[in-house]
Amino acid sequence: MADYQNIFTRVQVAAPPYPGTPLPADNGIGDRDGKPFLFHLIGKFGDAQIGPIYLGWTGLTSLLCGFIAFEIIGLNMLASVDWNWIEFVRQLPWLALEPPAPSYGLSIPPLNEGGWWLMAGFFLTASVLLWCLRTYRRAKAHGMGPHVAWAFLAAIWLYLVLGFFRPILMGSWGEAVPFGIFPHLDWTAAFSIRYGNLFYNPFHMLSIAFLYGATLLFAMHGATILAVSRYGGERELEQIVDRGTASERAALFWRWTMGFNGTMESVHRWAWWFAILCPITGGIGILLTGTVVDNWFLWGVKHHIVAAYPEVWAPSVDPATLPGAKP
Amino acid sequence: MRLSSMKWVSAVTLAALFTAGCERPPVEPVQRGYRGTAMGAVYNPRLVEKQAAQNVLPAPLADAPAAGPPVATIYKNVQVLGGLTAPEFTRTMLAITAWVAPKEGCAYCHNVQNMADDGLYTKVVARKMLQMTQAINSQWKDHVQATGVTCYTCHRGNNIPANVWFTDVDNTAKASLGNRAGQNRSTAVINGASLPSDPFTPFLLKAESIGVNGPTALPTGNRHSVKQTEWTFSLMTHMSQGLGVNCTYCHNSRQFADWSQSPPQRVTAWYGIRMARALNNEYMVPLTDVFPAHRKGPLGDVAKTNCATCHQGAYKPLYGQSMLKDYPVFAAPIPVPAVAVPEAAPDAAPADGAAPPASNVSLPVPYASASETRAIPG
Repeated sequence: MADYQNIFTRVQVAAPPYPGTPLPADNGIGDRDGKPFLFHLIGKFGDAQIGPIYLGWTGLTSLLCGFIAFEIIGLNMLASVDWNWIEFVRQLPWLALEPPAPSYGLSIPPLNEGGWWLMAGFFLTASVLLWCLRTYRRAKAHGMGPHVAWAFLAAIWLYLVLGFFRPILMGSWGEAVPFGIFPHLDWTAAFSIRYGNLFYNPFHMLSIAFLYGATLLFAMHGATILAVSRYGGERELEQIVDRGTASERAALFWRWTMGFNGTMESVHRWAWWFAILCPITGGIGILLTGTVVDNWFLWGVKHHIVAAYPEVWAPSVDPATLPGAKP
Repeated sequence: MRLSSMKWVSAVTLAALFTAGCERPPVEPVQRGYRGTAMGAVYNPRLVEKQAAQNVLPAPLADAPAAGPPVATIYKNVQVLGGLTAPEFTRTMLAITAWVAPKEGCAYCHNVQNMADDGLYTKVVARKMLQMTQAINSQWKDHVQATGVTCYTCHRGNNIPANVWFTDVDNTAKASLGNRAGQNRSTAVINGASLPSDPFTPFLLKAESIGVNGPTALPTGNRHSVKQTEWTFSLMTHMSQGLGVNCTYCHNSRQFADWSQSPPQRVTAWYGIRMARALNNEYMVPLTDVFPAHRKGPLGDVAKTNCATCHQGAYKPLYGQSMLKDYPVFAAPIPVPAVAVPEAAPDAAPADGAAPPASNVSLPVPYASASETRAIPG
């Protein structure tokens, strides 16, 4: 059989490129493009075969919208350092395209007052939604389930909460995140400070639990499969028909160590849900912040989740509240 | 072999890229709050050692003989220190020279042909700064306590203190794109954050509101935006940087706004913000027309103070060592006797308007043996 199977091994198999399963004749979406070829270096990281690819109108428009957003952000960054390429490279992590000032509310501001930010946001949103639609349509065309598209939508949910849904509820585009490397991180810290410490937000807690849980599950699953790859444990397709010694060993290992084991199917369901619940719960937490809760620490006090500990120094008093104080 | 060295070069380059912003260990945490609450200070002994060397006090000049009439009755135009005796006055002048203009000497501020002349702008500035120092030590004890400050606290041998600020120029809003909204620059005064790069104009010159947190769990009208918070965050980052401390030096970081959980240092810092603002408005801004253009910022504004001006990276300036005990002249304004001697008795020996050049000032022996022996041009 000439089919190439991607296997975990340090040996790189060089077989004639595989064109993929035939598409249904009536799919109406055109064929895959490009003559597939092998690329040895890429084979170090995954399958060495590049192509064929299918973009279609969703792929093409997604790339186009993404390119427009990328250009708007990049050119604004370049303009902010007076079109100096050296400064652009040197300061790139600090540069950003900022959302409008809060005084503009939800109106459309002049281009350089946040209009560019709105435009970049529109095109970036269009780009990711189109790419998501593309993963859905490709999966369907391939007879697959739409799990990748749903997972992508979970991430898009968080992105839209931060840059679209929550600013609308707050009545100000200025509440949204800047497009920039350090600026969006500083924004995140400022966001938590403004709303009284996001760590007391239960949905933030859930999001972190799912984030860390997802990495734990990924590590457990990855480690398990790598540990039994010497018995061919990574060849999941065959395991379904004939579980063989590798899958049994892996299952037995976890029953030994923690009394319970996932299955070849369930472990992926666990991982998928943990991964998508991270941005879904996180997005809920962000959406409630400022709209429903203004100070998460005080909310935590109200709901008895804040620990009290002994005083080390005499409590301070706000000097502004003292008699005769100047503000 | 070639490939192997290539790999090494790549690995080292990558490692350097990813750790360029990091501080080389060791770090020594010091617990300052209840255990397990992350209320602690972090020190790097290597950096502390380096900083300690910059915070050694200069040896004080020997005490001047106390006796004598007020110097205002001897020299002309002594507006601030006129109540001192002549030896104490000279000692103070020598100390200031060593602290502020050790290279230039008396001539940095004085027309040495006529020491009473106010022709040099530096003299007018110095007089204002003397008044400012006395005001700090007498009116801002909430911040400087009994430790107080002298010229040296900020100047450290420099004509202009090493840490001063001018209002930031941001013309990017005027173009058709590239508006950086006052932020997104790597600026050392805010520890390289991409926060607003000039938190001083709104908070240490103007009196914009700094606190952003609301008093209730649910929204009850607190309209402070995340963008405003970034300005406050920037000021706080400057304070942390200027004092060489963490956020937890003044705040319990689980709730920055809550005074009842805050270490007492936060109260001192609160007064410090007001002090810096008052000094800028009452002493620096009024000097705007006195300074020549080359001493001003790009917008023609005068150099101003922030936390780092005095603190210079230390939790207390000069680690809280007081110079005031050696120079009580700076502790408070000194009443100047209302005498018009220079005009009334123009023939009084040294009060002829041309005070003796410094080299001719006869100093008692202990004076000359003091450690400050830098040459003062006569």
